[in-house]
This record gives sequence, structure tokens and C-alpha cells, in this order.
Amino acid sequence: METYLGEKQQASQWSPYINNGGSCLAVAGEDFAVIASDTRMSLGYSIKTRYSTKYLKITEKCSIVSSGMQADIFTLHKVLKSRAQIYEQKHGKPMSTDAVAKLVSRLLYYRRFFPYYTFNIVAGIDDEGVGCVFSYDAIGTLERVKYSASGSGSSLIEPVLDNQVALKNRNDIKKEDYKLTKENAIDLVKDAITSAGERDIYTGDFVEISIIDINGTHEDKFELRFD
Amino acid sequence: MQKGGFNFDLYQRNVELIEKNNYKVPKTTKTGTTIVGVVFSDGVVLGADTRATSGPIVADPNCEKIHKISDYIWCAGAGTAADTENTTGMISLQLELLSLSTGRSPRVRTALTLLKNFLFRYHGYISAALVLGGVDFTGPHLHMIHPHGSTSTLPYISMGSGSLAAMAVLETGYNSKMGEEDAKSLVHQAILSGILNDLGSGGNVDLCVIKHKSMEFFRNVDTTNSKRKFRKKLPYMFKSGSTKILEKEIEEKMRKMEIVNEKESQIEELEEL
Repeated sequence: METYLGEKQQASQWSPYINNGGSCLAVAGEDFAVIASDTRMSLGYSIKTRYSTKYLKITEKCSIVSSGMQADIFTLHKVLKSRAQIYEQKHGKPMSTDAVAKLVSRLLYYRRFFPYYTFNIVAGIDDEGVGCVFSYDAIGTLERVKYSASGSGSSLIEPVLDNQVALKNRNDIKKEDYKLTKENAIDLVKDAITSAGERDIYTGDFVEISIIDINGTHEDKFELRFD
Repeated sequence: MQKGGFNFDLYQRNVELIEKNNYKVPKTTKTGTTIVGVVFSDGVVLGADTRATSGPIVADPNCEKIHKISDYIWCAGAGTAADTENTTGMISLQLELLSLSTGRSPRVRTALTLLKNFLFRYHGYISAALVLGGVDFTGPHLHMIHPHGSTSTLPYISMGSGSLAAMAVLETGYNSKMGEEDAKSLVHQAILSGILNDLGSGGNVDLCVIKHKSMEFFRNVDTTNSKRKFRKKLPYMFKSGSTKILEKEIEEKMRKMEIVNEKESQIEELEEL
């Protein structure tokens, strides 16, 4: 059946996937990492809940945020948490951030033919104490980066990080002279996700933000718009 | 020769573009929206949110959805923004010409008939869902108009994606003996409910109170939901030279001055002031 604009309306087929919206981002500094996600869970034009966590602390040095389908996020986090616990009990020490990153990639690829509808970002401190961010696609492609954004607001957030963290398209500051301090990174992350909340209808309510450094993880929460 | 209506010259081309060239049909700006109307003892109150969306993105966080049809007949619109703006604009013109030619002040039912006949002709392709309210010499009136051209006359109405959230509030709070303040408060709460619970609605609350020969428009009467909650202290600084200059071209514009009238300058007087 075709409408006058040529849009093809096919008979709807059942899909196991739904998108509950939301945005996530993470930024790595020299000796810290900042990771944040909003907490709004939506379905269509409705809000299912204003607080549904998308963040999981895996170790004192490593956390994950995920956007996409809440059911898959919950299950993936559950599996990840138990795997991290098993590792710690077997090896007598917590998982390193690199190990967690690889584990997430493997868990996602395990479901290659019925993927988790999750868009994940892992952030933390690596073995040398340097901040790191790992970004994934739905089936586990792993890439270590300096910053990443995922979710419905990612296209609003990523360009801001491109310009402010990677100093892309600017000729006024030289990369060698520029150092991203922890305070600036936190402010930037808060600003970026707040801006996403202004223009993306699926991002809003609350934000869980976490700062990871050599001393451990510091978790915080702040408000976004409720409309 | 086609007189008025729409121009379908590009229809064939569009069909081909979509089928053969995989052209993506551009998204229209919809108003998502919560719009509400309530009749009270002396008149009607119209209310609307202020968010316009383009898919999941907020295109305009503070647009005006309550349109003037005539001095004491106003119309809130939901659906495609271009459709509501142009439809209400067109009927407003027609109504003014009609009132001039008949020598009578316009009636709400006339606007209703003009709107419904217009929309019906387009069989729902003009996506405009309207809440029409006003006070004419026959009293206060409130109507709802659907995109296909059907209308209803009711004491309280809600339309748009947030209509269910708003109607829940209206059904709870409405009573037929409400006064102006109660009606304003009810409409306000209904719009707030839409803003908070519907993702297609947001921003500020706009109210319009129409009574006999009186109209009060409260633009952005409630802005508590549209305030940005966090702003970075240090501003974003871009020093001169941050954008690379690839090419420079300077065009000299010669200004031709002609002395038309010479008058003694009053600049001294101004300087004294």
C-alpha cells in the first residue's frame, strides 16, 4: 500500500527489538575517565520510567554504560557482573580494564546471530594508570578511543566532543599545548549531555555520572529537563 | 488552467525518485503537541505547549501554536506545523473578508465551517488537528476539528500526541460551573501533564482566555520545565584564527551619494541631550 508521498506501508512484522532511547558518553583524560548516561526509559512517545539505570560499575577502575533496549542492557550487565565476579574469585584480583573491554566484546559476539540491542561504552583506568574509553557496536567490534557517545543523542554529543576533546576543526589551540583537566572534562560531559537533553526528546530526567581515577570511582547524579 | 489548490506537477518525478533512486522522503516538522480547550461561565480558555519536533529532535523549543483567526476567535493547532499555520492563516483571511462584506462580526461557527470544508476537500492529506474556540455575539463556543474534516462541539477538548495525558486531567478536574480562574488553572494543569508525560510535547505553557469582547494571551505563562539545569561555568572560547581562512576576497563597494535636500543639521541639539 502506497501513500501519495510514495511511502511504502508494509504489513508490520513482529520484531523482538525495541528502542528505549537514552544517551551515553565517556571521555578519557591523562589519568582519569569520566562516564555518564541519562536515566530516561521511553517507548514511543511515552516515558516508561524516569529512573532506569544504564550504568554498571564493574570494578573500582572500570565501568560500563549502555544504550538501546533496556531488557538487553539489564541482561548484558547481569552477565557481565557475574563474569567479573567469577574472574576475581578465580584469579584473586579484580579484572583489569583491558580484560573487561575484551570480555564485553566476546559476550556481544557470542550473540552474533541474535544480538543484544545494546550500544555500549566501557571506560576506566588501564594498567598504566592512563584513562581509557572503549566503544562497541551491537555485535562487539572493539575500539579504544579518547571519547565516545552512543544512543539517541549521540549525533548531538559526538560533534561537541570532536571539537572540545580532539580539537577537530580548530586552529586556535595546538594539541601539544592542550591538557584536558578533570574539572573541565566533568563540566564538558555534563554540558554535552544537558545539551542533548534540550534537543533530543528521548534524553532527559536524570544523569548518572561517574569519575574514575587512581583512587577509585566517584559516582554522582544530577537532573535534566523533565519535559 | 489550475486555479488554487495544490500543484501536483512534481508528483511523477517524486514517485520515480523514491522507487528508482532510493530517495529519502524529507521529514516534516510536526508539532507533536498537547492542545486543550475548556468552556467556562464567561468564555473559553485555550492552552498549548510550545515544542515542535522533527522526528526525535526538537526543531523549535518555543513555538506558538495558538493562532488568531479573528480578534475573539482563536485556534490551537496540532499535526504538521506548515499545515496548521497555513490553514489557520487562510481561514483567518477568508473570515476577515467575509466579515467586511457582510458587515457583521465573525462567528465561531463560520470559522468552523470554513475549516472543516477546507480540510475535507483534502481528505486528511492536510494534517491539521485543531481546537477552535472563541466568543461571538451568540456566546462562547469550543470545537475540535480532525484532519479529515469531522468536527465535534464539546465543553472540554484535548488534541495532539499529549491529548491522553491532558484529557486525564480534564476529566478529573472539569465541572460545568467553573469560573475563569478555575478554567485557567485546569487548562494549565492539562498542558503541564502533556509536557511532562508526552515526549512529543514540551517547553512552556501558552494560554489564551477569550471572553465577550475581551482576549488575553498569556505567552509562556509557565516556563519551569524549559529551564536548562546545568551550564558549564567556563564559556566555550574560540580565539581568532580557529577557523582556517583558505581564501580571501575583498570587494570594494562604491557608495554613490546624491544630495537631495540640504537642511541645517540638528546634530548639536541631539548631542546636548
